[in-house]
Amino acid sequence: MTNGWIDIKNTDMMLIMGGNPAENHPCGFKWAMEAKRNRNAKLISVDPRFTRTSATADLFLQIRAGTDIAFLGGLIRYAIENNRIAKEYLANYTNAAFIVKEGFKLPEDGLYSGFNAASGTYNNATWNYEEGGDLSGKMDAVASSAHESSAHGKTSAPAGKPPALPPNVAYDLTLQHPRCVFQLLKRQYSRYTPETVERITGIPKEQFLKAADLFTSVRKDGDMKKVATIIYAVGWTQHTFGTQIIRTAAMIQLLLGNVGRAGGGVNALRGHSNIQGATDMAGLFDSLPGYLKVPVPADTDLAAYLKRITPGSSKPTEWSSMNYWSNTPKFFVSLLKSLYGDSATKENGFGFDYLPKVDRDYSWTHIWDDMYNGKVKGMMAFGMNGVMIGPDTNKNINALKKADWLVVGEIYPDETSEFWKAPGITAEEQKSINTTVYRLPCAGFAEKDGSMTNSARWVTWKYAAVPPPGLARLDQDIIAQIFLRVRDLYKKEGGKFPDPILNLSWAYADAAHPGLSQVAMEVNGRALADLTDPATKQVIKAGQQLPGFAWLKDDGTTMCGNWIYSGTWTEAGSQIQRRGTEDPSGLGIYPNWAWSWPANRRVLYNRASCDSAGKPWDPDRKQVWWNEAAGKWVGNDVPDFKPDSHPKDHLGPFIMNPEGVGRLFVPIGVLADGPFPEHYEPIESPIKNPLHPNQSNNPLVKKFKTPYDKFGSPEEYSIVCTTYRLTEQYHYWTKNNPMNVQLIPEPFVEIPVELAEEKGIRGTDKIKVISARGTYIAKAFVTRRLKPMMIDGKKVYQIGLPIHQGFRGIDEDEGRNARTPANLLTPTVTDPNAHTPESKGFLVKIEKA
Amino acid sequence: MQTSRRDFLKVAGVGGVAATVFGFDLKPAYAQLKELKIARAAETRSTCPYCAVGCGVLIYTIGDRAKNVTPQVIHVEGDPDHPTNRGTLCPKGSSLEQDILNPRRLTKPQVRRPGATDWEDISWDTALDEIAQWTKKTRDATFVEKDAAGHTVNRCEGISFIGGCTDTNEFNYLVVKTMRSLGLVYLENQARV
Amino acid sequence: MSQASTEIIRISGHAGSVPGAGLNREFQVCKLVDTTTCIGCKACEVACLEWNGYTFSETTFDNTYQTMPETAWNYWNLIKFNEHERADGSMMLLMRKDQCMHCEDPGCLAACPADGAIVQYANGIVDFQEQHCIGCGYCITGCPFNIPKFSPEARKVFKCTLCNDRVSVGLEPACIKACPTGCLHFGTKPEMKELAETRAEQLRNVSGFADAGVYDPPGVSGTHVIYVLHDAKNPELYGGLPKDPHIPYSVRLWKGPLKWLGNFAMIGGLVGLAWHYMRYGPKNEEPIPPDDRRRV
Repeated sequence: MTNGWIDIKNTDMMLIMGGNPAENHPCGFKWAMEAKRNRNAKLISVDPRFTRTSATADLFLQIRAGTDIAFLGGLIRYAIENNRIAKEYLANYTNAAFIVKEGFKLPEDGLYSGFNAASGTYNNATWNYEEGGDLSGKMDAVASSAHESSAHGKTSAPAGKPPALPPNVAYDLTLQHPRCVFQLLKRQYSRYTPETVERITGIPKEQFLKAADLFTSVRKDGDMKKVATIIYAVGWTQHTFGTQIIRTAAMIQLLLGNVGRAGGGVNALRGHSNIQGATDMAGLFDSLPGYLKVPVPADTDLAAYLKRITPGSSKPTEWSSMNYWSNTPKFFVSLLKSLYGDSATKENGFGFDYLPKVDRDYSWTHIWDDMYNGKVKGMMAFGMNGVMIGPDTNKNINALKKADWLVVGEIYPDETSEFWKAPGITAEEQKSINTTVYRLPCAGFAEKDGSMTNSARWVTWKYAAVPPPGLARLDQDIIAQIFLRVRDLYKKEGGKFPDPILNLSWAYADAAHPGLSQVAMEVNGRALADLTDPATKQVIKAGQQLPGFAWLKDDGTTMCGNWIYSGTWTEAGSQIQRRGTEDPSGLGIYPNWAWSWPANRRVLYNRASCDSAGKPWDPDRKQVWWNEAAGKWVGNDVPDFKPDSHPKDHLGPFIMNPEGVGRLFVPIGVLADGPFPEHYEPIESPIKNPLHPNQSNNPLVKKFKTPYDKFGSPEEYSIVCTTYRLTEQYHYWTKNNPMNVQLIPEPFVEIPVELAEEKGIRGTDKIKVISARGTYIAKAFVTRRLKPMMIDGKKVYQIGLPIHQGFRGIDEDEGRNARTPANLLTPTVTDPNAHTPESKGFLVKIEKA
Repeated sequence: MQTSRRDFLKVAGVGGVAATVFGFDLKPAYAQLKELKIARAAETRSTCPYCAVGCGVLIYTIGDRAKNVTPQVIHVEGDPDHPTNRGTLCPKGSSLEQDILNPRRLTKPQVRRPGATDWEDISWDTALDEIAQWTKKTRDATFVEKDAAGHTVNRCEGISFIGGCTDTNEFNYLVVKTMRSLGLVYLENQARV
Repeated sequence: MSQASTEIIRISGHAGSVPGAGLNREFQVCKLVDTTTCIGCKACEVACLEWNGYTFSETTFDNTYQTMPETAWNYWNLIKFNEHERADGSMMLLMRKDQCMHCEDPGCLAACPADGAIVQYANGIVDFQEQHCIGCGYCITGCPFNIPKFSPEARKVFKCTLCNDRVSVGLEPACIKACPTGCLHFGTKPEMKELAETRAEQLRNVSGFADAGVYDPPGVSGTHVIYVLHDAKNPELYGGLPKDPHIPYSVRLWKGPLKWLGNFAMIGGLVGLAWHYMRYGPKNEEPIPPDDRRRV
């Protein structure tokens, strides 16, 4: 979330889409209700079905799963056409005025410039800004218009060298230049008319217009006081164009000037208690703690790596850009120092070669595919039910059959540890499965201390209440004990490149039981030599905890496990254990409760809550502001900005971007599939993409080739299916919990009344949902909350099913359900940017079981 | 035990029911107080392990944390001080007591041997030793020091680690530390899916 | 709220004095249920179960999110779900927390013949005293909301206590505390009434629910659980909330004009009646299924 849970109470308008917070985040949703009760805020719910969030909405629209970009693109068009945009914000805080390189082509045929059909990738050289200066009123200064260049579709990229952003960007503050981002944006979404939106999404034109009018009403007559928020969850991420859906939302929020403001922002509701922390800590193949990029083979040494990943600023000459990522070397070297301690020296590049170099996609779906293909031999799964989480449960089970070994650390018997006993596997077949499986009893949440980071980026410490039951052990102890034994083996026997194992810093008081407070202090970072701040003359002694990431150095004199967590555990003590309940501003900032990354800021990019002169857009919701007398930014929140930067310096509020401004157009190298979002159909779709039938899907999506990777045609599988969680259950966890099982005793499939009538199905009848990959069996929940839709002139049904059924659980063990996991149905295709599988919007057929 | 007028006026609830069921004689009160079950319990501040709202919860355990007491969870409810949830909890958070006290919990290490049709018990020592051996064996067999272009890559391509959604930041950090140092690239988390 | 608020002001089937009779309480408690902000999450259901120590009972899927058709002796708090299509074709999912309404004029208490089995406190809570319950089920007949439920195991009748164990030490009821959206609110009756009216007004003026209003039925002299409804003209839409609940006429009759006589007990025609219910008291007899009791 750019903002936070409580901050939702400050909003005037909510668009909730791709998420169902009333059911999945009930206690956070209270702040939406507070906004309704106390501010008369409006709530628009757009969802494939009428959910319990929709029940509280002022307006509900039923959308076909996977068509969110069409809807949001339509919203962009509506806002521009009706002049409901934030002009000053747009010109100064976004790249709307930046001029894009000649040769950049919009995807009117479904493809951006630079597509290589053979490799299925883009050469993104033209996805860049033009170099130059102020081109306001000088439209001829750069030769051809975007239209002409798109007609030629030529690319002017020099081959070989990776393109970089120009330091001195050409721009036109009048936003009139045909190749300025704003004009390109306008053209890109001019195709997303209400009629087109209706054809694609199934939302009748009048309803769409009603929603568009309501949402953009916050910018009626150019008034900047009101604020709208956009709230989403995995209903947006789990698509083959998920990242681009979220981008579209961010673009709307930039167009309307809603980012950085109390009650605004783009708010991802993370689905699990510490998914945010897991992402921050980089439990993912393609990042290192604090969103540092993983090294690749071409990074031959530390210097080459740092050069590649440290951006230079790229902006109009007259403007300033903080370009915070220019500090990357400090963050990275401090990380290496925390990993390898004294073994990380200047001479060995601080142990740069100890880290593996990543040459391709090793993400979730590749693990299973490569395991199926015999490459991945062993797996450790801690608190992660991989078989169930999918996609394609069947494929994952069959992959595990080929592994040599599997270690599962869990608190309940789960499907992953018992994959070899999955329904359909006979005792005879079990004898032929040669995987050794270790199941280790771990500790539950109440038995562990440590910190978790919520969706609002609040890092909060929790305390252990009871010891783990029986022989169960703390997860961190198990990892430590495995690692120490591996290290002992390498010490005794030697082996392949033992250096990073032998040199890993493990300076915990009790090596086999690392205290998490010690780990947390390491993550915060400390000085390894005496440090002096040249400006304030403040001194941090060697060995002292660092006050924050501003102190990090790239010369090996600081260590820090995760730069964005620097400030969590300082010399002043643990900031993440703070329990101050005061909220002086009344905006729900709670500055002294726990600690929020980065630097205890509660709303990101909060400089943008003020106009160019540094005055809050809304005096009633003052977050930060420029104090002329003091010569600095002050406020109720920690300014997300250079504190002494005078507004006339024109330092951009989006300090993490090299441009200093928000990106309506994403230049080179950030997104694989295009600088603007374009509507593509889900891989399995009932129709061809009405925008460009010859390029129906995201061109960058690749399919795997195992026998399990099958796809259904709309002729055979005509129903659009989506999956979700219910408020009464939590993933595959509470099926072990009697109270929750009692609330939703049996799995069901929600189907429209009309479809039920067509098929002769009555409520509670047992039905089969069949995709090209598998069959799910559950009872029919015949409801009027899902209606048939007209999609591009074709009647389409949409159904949905909760994901909570597995083959181990109270009901499962008692034979009260069919033991068919929902992910038996889902396809193994992913978003090319985030590598998240497309679990929403696939095709099925149904029949009576 | 003397029954005061105050006690007499106190209220009955399920405690009274249970007492009746178990055959206690509750005379002579009109109304028997059900003692507040958390009256003398110790409170531990925790965070709900389910969604990312991160609700503060209070775990109530019997005993006052004296040395001779093994704490036992008797109740969980929302932390009213927590600014986000202000004491509220959803149906999952409200049932956390059952997540802690659950007869289905795993309590001993087990192993399923190749071709076996059932679990067998294993000691922690043996399990950890075997896992360490597997790890080393697989790492040594699948480690790539240089790629085809001659670049140093130092990658272990035969092992994957998948992490869960409730693991603490510190645990996740230790995972990154240890697994990256083993050379793992197949390192993924619930955060992806 | 202190224990003083749990002074008893009414006792079922009681001939003698009432400890708190005549006390003039400064406040009476009230639960406000704003159905327009209910998200049907069932946190209240679970919080109620957990606090009161009830365990798992098997349920079946019945083409609804609703946990079970009606509250049960060991399930006092149930969200009722109702899909409703408005005249303009727009969908509504009406969700209402069903539980004991703690009537100001409680039909259960009026109907109960067992001395001290049902009491009403000065703070408005109507409470069953299971040790005095004879399991006759008359309270079930007396309740216009179908709340008290018979337990075949305990052979007694149970219902929501409004968490008087919590309320008496100054805590809010478990359901109230849990409610994520603040659709449940707890306070004094006048305050809750005011809050409810303010919200109803907002719904009428801002949210386009012209018929929004507060449910505090006068037929039972008001309740200590009140609702805000989008459509107060049609409370039946909310899982069968009665439009104009009253204590049944039969109960009024024999517990009203005839009550005085009844207090002297077992004379004339009342002997047979009293004897009739007495036979359900002894523990060695078989429990009577609720349906049979209704026929009594």
